[in-house]
Amino acid sequence: MSTSTADAVVPYDEVIAEFDPVLGLEVHVELGTNTKMFCGCPTEFGAEPNTQVCPVCLGLPGSMPAVNATAVESAIRIGLALNCKIATWCRFARKNYFYPDMPKNFQTSQYDEPICYDGYLDVDVETDEGMKTFRVGIERAHMEEDTGKTSHQGGATGRIHGADYSLVDYNRAGIPLIEIVTKTIEGTGKYAPEVARAYVTALREILRGLGVSDVKMEQGSLRCDANVSLRPSPDAKLGTRTETKNVNSLRSIERAVRYEMTRQAAVLRAGGTIIQETRHWHEDTGITTSGREKSDAEDYRYFPEPDLVPIAPDPAWVEKLRSELPENPAVYQARLQAAWGISDFDMMAVVRSGALDLVAETVALGADQAAARKWWVGELTRIANDRAVELTELPITPADVARVEALVGEGALNDKLARQVIEGVLAGEGSPDEVVAARGLAVVSDDGPLLEAIDAALAESPDVAEKIRSGKVAAAGAIVGAVMKATRGQADAGRVRELLLERLGVSE
Amino acid sequence: MTSELISLTAAETASKVASGEVSAVEVANAHLDRIGAVDERVHAFLYVDREGALAAADAVDKARAAGEQLSPLAGVPLALKDVMTQKGIPTTCGSKILEGWRPPYDATVTARLKAAGVVILGKTNMDEFAMGSSTEHSAYGPTHNPWDLDRIPGGSGGGSAAAVAAFEAPLAIGTDTGGSIRQPAAVTGTVGVKPTYGAVSRYGLVALASSLDQAGPCSRTVLDAALLQSVIAGHDPMDSTSVTDPVPDVVGAALRADVKGLKIGIVRELGGEGYQAGVRQRFDEAVTILEGLGAEIVEVSCPHFPYALAAYYLILPSECSSNLAKFDGVRFGIRVGEGDGDPSIEQVMGRTRAAGFGDETIRRIMLGTYALSAGYYDAYYGQAQKVRTLIQRDFAAAFAQADVLISPTAPTTAFKLGEKLDDPLAMYLNDVATIPANLAGIPGMSLPVGLAPEDGLPVGLQIMAPALADDRLYNVGAALEAALLQTWGHPILQEAPSL
Repeated sequence: MSTSTADAVVPYDEVIAEFDPVLGLEVHVELGTNTKMFCGCPTEFGAEPNTQVCPVCLGLPGSMPAVNATAVESAIRIGLALNCKIATWCRFARKNYFYPDMPKNFQTSQYDEPICYDGYLDVDVETDEGMKTFRVGIERAHMEEDTGKTSHQGGATGRIHGADYSLVDYNRAGIPLIEIVTKTIEGTGKYAPEVARAYVTALREILRGLGVSDVKMEQGSLRCDANVSLRPSPDAKLGTRTETKNVNSLRSIERAVRYEMTRQAAVLRAGGTIIQETRHWHEDTGITTSGREKSDAEDYRYFPEPDLVPIAPDPAWVEKLRSELPENPAVYQARLQAAWGISDFDMMAVVRSGALDLVAETVALGADQAAARKWWVGELTRIANDRAVELTELPITPADVARVEALVGEGALNDKLARQVIEGVLAGEGSPDEVVAARGLAVVSDDGPLLEAIDAALAESPDVAEKIRSGKVAAAGAIVGAVMKATRGQADAGRVRELLLERLGVSE
Repeated sequence: MTSELISLTAAETASKVASGEVSAVEVANAHLDRIGAVDERVHAFLYVDREGALAAADAVDKARAAGEQLSPLAGVPLALKDVMTQKGIPTTCGSKILEGWRPPYDATVTARLKAAGVVILGKTNMDEFAMGSSTEHSAYGPTHNPWDLDRIPGGSGGGSAAAVAAFEAPLAIGTDTGGSIRQPAAVTGTVGVKPTYGAVSRYGLVALASSLDQAGPCSRTVLDAALLQSVIAGHDPMDSTSVTDPVPDVVGAALRADVKGLKIGIVRELGGEGYQAGVRQRFDEAVTILEGLGAEIVEVSCPHFPYALAAYYLILPSECSSNLAKFDGVRFGIRVGEGDGDPSIEQVMGRTRAAGFGDETIRRIMLGTYALSAGYYDAYYGQAQKVRTLIQRDFAAAFAQADVLISPTAPTTAFKLGEKLDDPLAMYLNDVATIPANLAGIPGMSLPVGLAPEDGLPVGLQIMAPALADDRLYNVGAALEAALLQTWGHPILQEAPSL
């Protein structure tokens, strides 16, 4: 029944030649509210287990839920930003199933009456014919509560089988979640993996812009399940789908969809059938493995939650929330791209690294857009990846980067020194100016010490000096390099070159 | 002195405590003594909190000595149905599965009682998770009717009603999902009120059927019930289904006690066949008294009431199957079969539930699980909700013709212990007259209207009013009570055999 870990796969080109992929994406977003969905417990991440709990989120006998109004507001704002209709009347429903991390053995969720429904999100994907827009339909966005977290102790795998015992942390139980479900995504052809990634990227930008969640995939505040199926052609009926979970980064969404397509193609090509099941994505090996079998017959015995009154958002309030929505990220991006005058490719790099707001702020503080992009998309993204943190979590601000760039512009720093200043800021040594002062990092602008260094360098290499004198100006680089080395990089290389040529009476 | 103190009404006790004529500690001790003397035979209590009761009483006496303003029920003892949480005090809901559980929090009702200086004596017996009409489904043995210890005290709140009838407490809290306050009141000769749905917070009431459950007062007089309802009623942000409307002046209504010019409707469908002759006789006499007091009696029809019982036995088990899912041995209560082999968590949950729940509870969980299943939902739960709407419309039409509606509370007087235990359907029929009010969310009261000539046991009359018009129950109830008292010359409980 369960598939072995060494599944056969078909080369991607062949998959595309033989099959048409269909996607469906379910994204769970943990809202950044101060308190839980149905009680007043704090939602802070990383607290000691079972310290952020009360009778309500522990499901103690007699306790009752009360809806967090901020969560409802966030849900509506998300729906509006995704072009959804907002229900004028809706209810919570109970999803009944037994599991130890579910305090009540039912999840308070929404079923056939979601608060937001029927929307869409347009996403851009780089294709062979240039940038192309795909419209992803949004089926629904609904409110629900998160479960607790189970960890299995003992045993080798950390999985429930073979474990000695299990521990449950209910701190997460009751954290507000919004589940955003797409309609089936068809017509992507070979770009299915890219569309999946672009959708989650765009969704994350929207959520970040709304300020409703910290959208950290690695901490689980944004979780994506990818439903993938294949069919022989776009007019054939839908194939059996699998649902891949544990996809914890934008890059893995693309990889997981691609892998699952190649795996399913191999099964189908061999005359097999796809089992409707949950599959787990493995970041390290880049494959999915079989989880529990999931059939449509799974019966959650949904019924309207009788402990909560229906929610009927006042249409005037909804319109007010609509009017207060931040600029759509796509429009915002297009506006910035035009202002900076950069290519689609360069803009995608900014967006994909999650640096858009940081770059924009840095530019707003006076830095050149190219310099701002160089820092955030290049050096700082690399450092963030090394540290496995989000770019925004690095201890450096757009103001710091803008100040470094200002110092470069004034000629007080050169590129090499600027890197050292950034390094100092990241190491917690203070503001750029404090780092410059403490480390003594300033471009040597006094010609005296430079001339001394030049003379010393010329004396070291009389043959080079002679070449330059004889008109081989290209040889000047060696002397400039020696001077830069002698001044530990604090000289302005351009000035050194000028002085050197002057000294030797040569012109360019 | 002791026997005098226990026979006082709550209103009288409060006034004596407030004036300093007696201390709250004396009152508490008198009731604790009474419990000690009779509860072995009545078994109204599952837990007696002697220490806590005396400390609460002492606090009232100290507050009085300090010249503080006392609330209207300060120093009055009360018995709390074991379905209501009280911080640190065992709460079992009459079930083995919760044995040993001490809640870490007070129900809103409990908190309001404490704040009002009411002295909580202990927790009363009940059918497991409030499912039953006889208290025989308690895992801790049945409660006995003080009128005849071989008979049932009604249910599910038989413990609360019996405690009041046996003078172990002048007041008690009950909960009513299909009649669990009113039917025990009827068969024990006491007063019981199910307020409008949402009038009293359900926070801390261990849910049976969330859309039907409602806590309310049990007492020996209509005025006492009004005093208690005004302490526990009112909006609670912890229960979003609790109503935000102002609490009606139920105490004022009980003091007014004037039915002149009121239209009182007799529900044609509640009475007649299936109702004991003595029950019908006492009911008819009460109607005559009300007419004599100046009320206009009309007959109304509620054509969908015959479907109420069927709808109720789909809605209740459905909600119950979900509400009772949390009892799994993981976080509280007993845990069974952990050491037997190398069981999975599912097996431990299953063993715990199989061992912890009684037959009636398991029956209803299975009924509800089935009714909510895919493919059956529309035919059962969905259809039952439609019937519920029809019953609400029946009430709306009836209240267009009458200010209040009346009926016998229960078809019969108290039956013998064990008599209907093996016949669930016969047991369910006991609630046929009380269930419609729960389905519609309207308030209902039961008060004693005499003893059935054939068995000498109490008969209850039910009054129902439109939602939020609880005051009408108290006005009509108090008028009828006063007239009956004049006829009898003494409270009906004086006719009960001494324990």
